[in-house]
Amino acid sequence: MVERRPVMTVVQHLVLILGAALFVFPIYLAFVASTHTGVEVSRGLPLFPGDQLVTNYGTVLSDGIASAGAPPLGLMLFNSTVMSLAIAIGKIAISLLSAFAIVYFRFPFRILAFWTIFITLMLPVEVRILPTYEVVAGLGMLNSYAGLSIPLIASATATFLFRQFFMTVPDELTDAARIDGAGPLKFFRDILVPLSRTNLAALFVILFLYGWNQYLWPLLVTTDESYYTIVMGIQRMANVGEQQPVWNLVMATAILALLPPVVVILSMQRLFVRGLIEVEK
Amino acid sequence: MAPIAIDGVRKVYPGPVEAIPNLSLEIADGELCVLVGPSGCGKSTLLRMVAGLEEITGGEIRIGGRRVNDLEPAERDIAMVFQNYALYPHMTVYDNMAYGLRNRGVPKAEIRALVDEAAGILGLSALLARKPRQLSGGQRQRVAMGRAIVRKPQVFLFDEPLSNLDAKLRSQMRVEIKRLQRRLATTSLYVTHDQVEAMTLGDRLLIMNHGIAEQVGTPMDVYHRPATRFVAGFIGSPMMNFLPGRVAGDGRGVHLPGGWLLATAKARGHAGRPVTVGIRPEHLQPAATGTDSDTITLRTELIEVLGADTLVHGRLDGHDDTVIARLPGSLQVAAGDNLPLAAEPGTVHLFDETERAIGHV
Repeated sequence: MVERRPVMTVVQHLVLILGAALFVFPIYLAFVASTHTGVEVSRGLPLFPGDQLVTNYGTVLSDGIASAGAPPLGLMLFNSTVMSLAIAIGKIAISLLSAFAIVYFRFPFRILAFWTIFITLMLPVEVRILPTYEVVAGLGMLNSYAGLSIPLIASATATFLFRQFFMTVPDELTDAARIDGAGPLKFFRDILVPLSRTNLAALFVILFLYGWNQYLWPLLVTTDESYYTIVMGIQRMANVGEQQPVWNLVMATAILALLPPVVVILSMQRLFVRGLIEVEK
Repeated sequence: MAPIAIDGVRKVYPGPVEAIPNLSLEIADGELCVLVGPSGCGKSTLLRMVAGLEEITGGEIRIGGRRVNDLEPAERDIAMVFQNYALYPHMTVYDNMAYGLRNRGVPKAEIRALVDEAAGILGLSALLARKPRQLSGGQRQRVAMGRAIVRKPQVFLFDEPLSNLDAKLRSQMRVEIKRLQRRLATTSLYVTHDQVEAMTLGDRLLIMNHGIAEQVGTPMDVYHRPATRFVAGFIGSPMMNFLPGRVAGDGRGVHLPGGWLLATAKARGHAGRPVTVGIRPEHLQPAATGTDSDTITLRTELIEVLGADTLVHGRLDGHDDTVIARLPGSLQVAAGDNLPLAAEPGTVHLFDETERAIGHV
């Protein structure tokens, strides 16, 4: 769009600003709530930040919020990070390798293998949750990091994405690498993975968020509080039965829980955007 | 440096589709042999079999006397230049050229020296730190060549390396490839569908059609003594004119419609047989106005002025198909003119019903 019409420019900006405000407003409210005392918040949500910022975050970070019915915040953040990283890295590793196998090797039942992987797209965690639980319980992986992450690692989406990408890599590149004396693994490491760099970054961000936002699965496989994730923690704090939830502390926790994904996105932003919009060849 | 022997090679794709039924070819040490033919004729398949990128269904390929049928491409001591260059997009020019050497475990210092040498030959020294996407088409082409020569292989394989370049760059790179190949004296196999490239580059040409070798010979051979009608039509631009005719009763000439009698010694022994007469556009020349039986009138329909030459399209008296004559540029002609023409003696080609040339010695 290279049109230059002042009215349109104003309208465009208005729409964009409104859209942005719509997304930012809830987060702003959460932040505001986290800077007041519990009493103030329960009386009705103020619109401007209060003076309890340091106190609230201090409480949440140091004392933990045992009173609110959840394990210490640091531990939950750590659990969430471990789970998300394991899921993101595990998914990428497995799907890169399986896509490599499917695209570059001729083996019996190759097509069947691909379709089997593809069909699992139709079975998200929620659908297969009971059998998966049974298996994980049978393997004794309840209340462990392995139990939290491994069942979520198998991923058709990422496999499919890498398959599509690998298929756009020109065959001549494979031929050239063969003539240059690169075996399959060398080709994978020296050519394919570097070429997938932007895709890798985009996928990492998406999968990290996917892992971070998991709620149902961690809820099922963890009964030991020391394996609780931050998302579960917030839910526990907001749902404390008879008592009034300590909203100011809940919101402070929520804001803190937002930070790691934000850090991941910001640090990967440039690669991430490139991975979504361009295919480098 | 090594000769290549292609011995009764056969290629069948699953289907089954027989791409190459049975083909043999010997390429001498240091020779540049061009495989030329229309698309789908099997020339690239043959090249890829020599490279080891395609399995050989039957027969044998030897490079430097060594049977290579079951060797990996990297073990055959060959290098290949691809049509789309196939440079590694994420590597610098230097790394692109060094990659094959690294995989062979060549010491670092030696790699540096080899790459610098190759870059010097190709004028790439200033570009070594660039990525392929920062290069022009001609430069990429040169890097692809550099990647091939840096390893000093026994054989170069070229797969239509100039097809992606514009016309000017193409003729320039053509000369460069020729010069480079002479300088390095490396046995080369060059695939192209462009007959100009084939004629100018090749020491010898293999003209392929439907997986069959129609003719093997020097450029002059295939131009002056095409073995089949296909070769005659494929080599030469504009294309050779083909006309139906019948050998005269005394075997000293060929009768064509329009009362044209072409004297040719080639018809001897084929008296009375129908033949296809082939005359190249450049061998049709204006004749003195006359109604002699060895001239024929061309009703001109379209004139293409090339400067040095003028291409005249038209129909000959008594013939339905259009023919093309390449006449001197100095000749004044306009569309619609009637132009008496004669064929230069000794330049006429005859083909029998099986489309094979007759009368060649």
